[in-house]
Amino acid sequence: MNGLLGLIDRPVHAVRRIGATVLFLFKIVAQVPAALRKPGYIVEQIYNAGGRSLIIIMLSGLFVGMVLGLQGFDLLQRFGSEDALGVAAALGLLKELGPVVTALLFAGRAGTALTSEIGLMRATDQLTAMQMMAVDPVRRVVAPRFLGGLIAVPLLTAIFNVVGVFGAQLIGVSVMGVDSGSFWSQMQSAVQTDDVMEGIIKSIVFGAACSLVAVYEGYHAAPTAAGVGLATTSTVVTSSVLILFLDYILTAAFL
Amino acid sequence: MQAEEAPLSAKDEAIVEVHGVHYRIGGRAIFSGLDLTIRRGRVTAIMGPSGTGKSTLLRLITGQSTQQQGVIKVWGEDVAAMSHATLFAMRRRIGMLFQSGALLTDLNVYENVAFPLREHTDLPESLVRQLVLTKLQAVGLRGAIDLMPAELSGGMTRRVALARAIVMDPELLIYDEPFAALDPISMGVILRLIQEMNDALGLTSIVVSHDVRELATIAHDSYLLSEGKVVAAGTPLELEQSQDQMVRQFMDGLADGPVPFHYPAPDYVTQLLADSGQ
Repeated sequence: MNGLLGLIDRPVHAVRRIGATVLFLFKIVAQVPAALRKPGYIVEQIYNAGGRSLIIIMLSGLFVGMVLGLQGFDLLQRFGSEDALGVAAALGLLKELGPVVTALLFAGRAGTALTSEIGLMRATDQLTAMQMMAVDPVRRVVAPRFLGGLIAVPLLTAIFNVVGVFGAQLIGVSVMGVDSGSFWSQMQSAVQTDDVMEGIIKSIVFGAACSLVAVYEGYHAAPTAAGVGLATTSTVVTSSVLILFLDYILTAAFL
Repeated sequence: MQAEEAPLSAKDEAIVEVHGVHYRIGGRAIFSGLDLTIRRGRVTAIMGPSGTGKSTLLRLITGQSTQQQGVIKVWGEDVAAMSHATLFAMRRRIGMLFQSGALLTDLNVYENVAFPLREHTDLPESLVRQLVLTKLQAVGLRGAIDLMPAELSGGMTRRVALARAIVMDPELLIYDEPFAALDPISMGVILRLIQEMNDALGLTSIVVSHDVRELATIAHDSYLLSEGKVVAAGTPLELEQSQDQMVRQFMDGLADGPVPFHYPAPDYVTQLLADSGQ
């Protein structure tokens, strides 16, 4: 009987958590106009979440682009169409790898930092103190961090893509000997505005999802060292699964 | 030493009224019929053994939690019935000093004290600076404006938190365990500040603590809580002279009495024999 109850309990708990997260999103959205009146806090958070993730994003972009260059060349060579390497790399990065890998890295680097920061603020009474000073922590702490992440992820994705294409070109053209003219001109003629838009929309959705999960987990973390640790782990796991799930939904919707 | 009586003219005006409050958390009764009154201009001490819900009472008064039964009125308004906006308007008239200080760790001392001003007013920076410096001067930490919270000692943290609590000129100041884990000098400083704030700024103060002797020197009224009720009330002198067993145990710091030394447990011998399998 207990096992059966446990079996029902888990999905009920999961659905409750999804509901609570969506309600929390509504709370944040309601505070966005007030948060926008003090843009300085949002800019600070864009720097904290985005600026500080720049190095890891650029490094990862470079390596992903270089791998694309190698794998793409190997694959296309089999069909004698290695000139299309530029197109393959650009489309792969713009539509899939750019938004997904950036969001995954963002969740691991900035999402965990957000969760532990807000969780520790809760554990050390800072959020309660704000409430006692008649300051809504959702407006002052959560909304600027959510907006910061939402804005930072698309910008980071763009940078990831640029560095990634450069990495593919570095390997494909400079090392493997693909013709530079074909690499760039084929890319230019094959990549459509819709492809770019798909990447931008994906990165915005992933940014919103990662930031929401991070601030939700932090805000609702148990006010103990173990609670903050658990919340941080949960941020990475939930964000990663959510990004891949949303990626499938969005890809299916765009095709 | 006994605190001087507050002026009688305004003394009967109740700022906080707690009537018949029942509050349970997870099946455990914290309060069962709590009644007390906090009067204007006075320092009221709320004392009691650890775990009697002193801090919970502060949460109820400030609307962070809601009681299941009974009424709590602050300035005549029922806290439980307040809208979000009314509650926040009430909190702007209250300053609260947390046990941990609860300073914002990413802001320095100056910005911590300026925080409520920046959030609630559009004062020019020059005026904000003047106000912050005045309050920091009052707590003796004008020289510490550039320090970060991590660089402050426990006593300094609480003094900065006190400066922050009074920067909006509240009418009611609430102290949650202001003396906990302080050295005697810091404790003396905080005691003096509580008294000065109350007298100089015309505040009403609630001090939650179990430091009986210290509180007796500054409190006008005191309440002793135990097992969810007020077990004794009066001036610190009246409590000191009480012959009630519970009051005596608390005032004299006796290990055993109405509050037992042992947490409820099965019979000691029976448990030892059971554990050794006999």
